[in-house]
Amino acid sequence: MRINISQKKVRDQFVAKVEELSGQKILACYQCGKCSAGCPAVSEMDILPNQVIRYIQLGLKDELLKSNSYWVCASCLTCNARCPKGIKIAEVMEGVRQILLRKRKDRIHIPKLTDKQKEEVPQIALISSFRKYTS
Amino acid sequence: MKISYYPGCTLKANAKNFEDSALCSLKQLGLEVEELRRWNCCGTVYSLATDDLIHHIAPIRNLIFSKEAKSEALMTLCAMCYNTLKRANERIKKSRDDRDIINRFMDAEGLAYEGDVKVLHLLELLRDEIKFENVAKKVVKPLKNLKVASYYGCLLVRPKEIGLDDVENPRVLENLMTALGADPVDFPYKTECCASYQTVDNPGIVAERTYRILTSAQRAGADVVSVSCPLCAFNLDNRQKETVNLYSDFKKMPILYFTQLLGIALGCPEEALRFDLHGVDPKPALKQKGLL
Repeated sequence: MRINISQKKVRDQFVAKVEELSGQKILACYQCGKCSAGCPAVSEMDILPNQVIRYIQLGLKDELLKSNSYWVCASCLTCNARCPKGIKIAEVMEGVRQILLRKRKDRIHIPKLTDKQKEEVPQIALISSFRKYTS
Repeated sequence: MKISYYPGCTLKANAKNFEDSALCSLKQLGLEVEELRRWNCCGTVYSLATDDLIHHIAPIRNLIFSKEAKSEALMTLCAMCYNTLKRANERIKKSRDDRDIINRFMDAEGLAYEGDVKVLHLLELLRDEIKFENVAKKVVKPLKNLKVASYYGCLLVRPKEIGLDDVENPRVLENLMTALGADPVDFPYKTECCASYQTVDNPGIVAERTYRILTSAQRAGADVVSVSCPLCAFNLDNRQKETVNLYSDFKKMPILYFTQLLGIALGCPEEALRFDLHGVDPKPALKQKGLL
């Protein structure tokens, strides 16, 4: 896949918005890959957590938003505990989710859940899912 | 120290076995806690965004209720409640601006909250106030020969500032199991995420995680896995149905709340242990060890 990078993309407000919502300095990441090495969810992600950070560093907004990785992240915070630069990767993932959720681009649509889906799980699962996946 | 008890939503329904066994155990230990007269949802997940103050209203409101009840501490059993309440509390303590905004939003409560109620997990109460050696003295039925793998999940230990034990290698549950006469077994997946709320729309991920976590515990020789979060409990217990379909070599295993094991050891009656609420019946494994 050919990816074009440009100053315009790097300086795009998307990068600034992720930094603002997450409170993290994206350029602090030196791509060691520790976050991806310890992430229990990588087998379900189409790009790795360190690649999520790299895409944001390069302003590759469209490429990043096409991936499922920031939705698969369940904020277990293992990456945060291990990052040698003290970057809170889970907060970065939350920032990306929030950018979409604040435009009403929800991950799940509650009316579309089946009765079986709603009945079999405990309340704690439904509420946390709605909090993470809906606006 | 006056301690209020905050159950949270799931302990009143799917996880009644967690609540009943914990309350019976506390009674056996001579400590009674009073449930908050008014309480609401804890918020379940702490918002990680810098500006999302509305998501911290629910936990702070519960802390206001504790303050109204003149309690110095609020005790929870659920790992998610513990994490959300404690993180919101720490945020209020650190940021005067956030505290003022949240207090202004809830001015109808008639009490400005300063972050001074302590959020405690039952495990902290047992370890630091009652102390495990005193718990051991009250044991009437030691959990002899029962090999217990303790699963912490995420929210009891992360983030580091909030966690109740070491972030990478917590020992508190193992130490409690030793005090109860059980044989704790260590396994490398004890702090690995169970995939949490993804159980709603993507149970396959959870079944996969369940396989990894439980086969690791089985390889370490565990008879049962003990947990302290109702969502971990549901995922590891009830999703085993799907795990069996994914992996033909998978053998089902019982999942218990640590409070159920505590309750057995302290002589709680079977009605308080509620083994009827499990996906995988834990009774055969417990009977085999002569514990029922």
